[in-house]
Amino acid sequence: MSKVTTAPGVRQTGRLPIYLTVGLITALWSVPTVGLLINSFREPRTIRGSGWWTVFGSLFDSTAWTLGNYSRVLDEGFGNAFANTLAVSIPSVVIPITIAAFAAYAFAWMNFPGRNLLFAGVVGLMVVPLQMALIPILRIYTNIGVTGTYPAVWLAHAGFGLPLAVYLLRNYMGSLPSSIIESASIDGADHFSIFRRLIIPLSVPVLASFSIFQFLWVWNDYLVALVFLGIEPQSRVLTVELADLAGRGEGALNLLPAAAFVTMVLPLAVFFGLQRFFVRGMTAGSVKG
Amino acid sequence: MTTPPVLEQENPPPPAPIAQPQEDGFGVWILRVLSALVVPIVVIVFFFAFGFLKDENANKAVQVLVAVVVGIGGVWAMYWGMDRLVAMLPNRAEASVRPFVFVGPALAILSFYLVYPAVNTTIISFKDARSANWVGFDNYARVFTESEYLISMRNSVIWVLVVPFFAVAIGLAFATMADKMSSRAESVSKSLIFLPMAISFVGASVVWTFVYAFRPEGFGEQIGILNAIWTNLGNDPIFWLSQQPWNNLMLMVILVWLQTGFSMVILSSAIKGVPDVLLEAARIDGATEWYAFWKVVFPSIFSTVVVVWTTVLITVWKVFDIVWVMTGGQNGTQVVAQQMVQEFFSNRNNGVGAALAVLLFIAVVPILILNVRRFQAEEAVR
Repeated sequence: MSKVTTAPGVRQTGRLPIYLTVGLITALWSVPTVGLLINSFREPRTIRGSGWWTVFGSLFDSTAWTLGNYSRVLDEGFGNAFANTLAVSIPSVVIPITIAAFAAYAFAWMNFPGRNLLFAGVVGLMVVPLQMALIPILRIYTNIGVTGTYPAVWLAHAGFGLPLAVYLLRNYMGSLPSSIIESASIDGADHFSIFRRLIIPLSVPVLASFSIFQFLWVWNDYLVALVFLGIEPQSRVLTVELADLAGRGEGALNLLPAAAFVTMVLPLAVFFGLQRFFVRGMTAGSVKG
Repeated sequence: MTTPPVLEQENPPPPAPIAQPQEDGFGVWILRVLSALVVPIVVIVFFFAFGFLKDENANKAVQVLVAVVVGIGGVWAMYWGMDRLVAMLPNRAEASVRPFVFVGPALAILSFYLVYPAVNTTIISFKDARSANWVGFDNYARVFTESEYLISMRNSVIWVLVVPFFAVAIGLAFATMADKMSSRAESVSKSLIFLPMAISFVGASVVWTFVYAFRPEGFGEQIGILNAIWTNLGNDPIFWLSQQPWNNLMLMVILVWLQTGFSMVILSSAIKGVPDVLLEAARIDGATEWYAFWKVVFPSIFSTVVVVWTTVLITVWKVFDIVWVMTGGQNGTQVVAQQMVQEFFSNRNNGVGAALAVLLFIAVVPILILNVRRFQAEEAVR
């Protein structure tokens, strides 16, 4: 913003405090994660015996480092939980986005009675916190015996993610030029093929942003998985497994750092790989109930 | 915003030999409702009939793959199938039923997962613990008089006052300063502040477990960095998470750490949108950077600050995981959202749990309405 306008002399003296302050805050923000990362590679007894910062005294002592914590947590439930989380997350992203895309297309480009009212209703549902849904949905799930199944969680995530998805997608699709859709329909294309061949390819940016946002949301979710998938060792997702490990106290302290990084590795990869989309999705998702 | 429907046939139907009383006959409406419901019902039945997905002994990788294929393919196949079915209808019925094939499944799922539960939870909040008898406003009376709930409400209020303030203040200060750095330094430092956004609340709690870790005197070295610094300064180690009321602050720090990146990124892009001319004019008039920030930059990004603030506020209001994992609500750290789950699952009190859920909901409504209004106003200006 002011890069060109400030005089060179001012820049030298004026910017040093800025670099120092920013550096300090950045360091402060990174220390907890860095400490955990270091701990995850240390021998179990040293994790419990001394702080992670003590490694700087003997950085090149190879006996101090190990991958054993990772192989242990992967064997002890986290490998299984990783697969469970994938099985929960991918459909929990694709199902709501598909359903929302069809609905958004209808809201944007089809004419039917009550269209605007229904759309306003869908948007209004963003205010309902998912806590409102826990008790009634769990009751129904228990009655029909589907608690602890993947589809039960997929559909719950779909329901909670839909209002925002419909809202974002409809606004995006509605802003596409009507001329291309008109010409396609003159050429004899029906709604389904216009939707599939024209609208979906044109909406890729917004679909990508929402997918990333929803993926991180589902992957990092604890409450929905805890309530609808449960705490049976076989069906646990990563967050439930990690929370369980954290609840075991001192005894599990040496496994916690590696376990935490197993849960973080995919979101962090998404974060570093798709930061631009990620930021956009995060901005768009800022009104999610 | 609203786009004219371009695809519907504008020309009126040819005069029918038999008089048709209404545009949309009763039959058309039945078809609409049916078409809206068929997709979700078939998908749901299909999902649950798939016993394989529940089989705990099946190969996990295969199960995941099947789950993904069924979950994704199933939904698309159902839409396509319904569309083909509707295409067999006579022309006019087809045109008026098809929109409901597209929009119906979303409405059905929303009704089931949000509309019905919202109504049902409100009803349950007026019933007793087992939801058997009506108790009027008893649950609400309990929530507003018993100390346990009052503490959780007090804490929640403190959370929403403290966390958004620091998340926005630090985010804004950081965004402003980073903006004056070289672009490489700016993007690296912003990434590091933003990184916690990718971490789950549970993961963040584990990260901070190692910051707050506590060893009583004589039980070995301190492994938590906070106690290590504290004892090096000559103090006795402190069990940070049990020190009332400061333990609440310790938990709030975690959420500030998580949310600052969000506010920083959004505010940063707002700051970059402030026209350079305005700033230059202020500088030519002899304004200091500090003065220019408060008189030029801040007023121009004020609406973004409000949006970020309220967004963080809503997240904070519904915070559950951090308290649940770090302290379980012990030692006076309970908050409303965590208390709600506690009531529902541990205390088996549906009535009070539902009343707390309704409170969570009611408090959020005005803020979100404000947010959406503001958003629409901005869209209109654009």
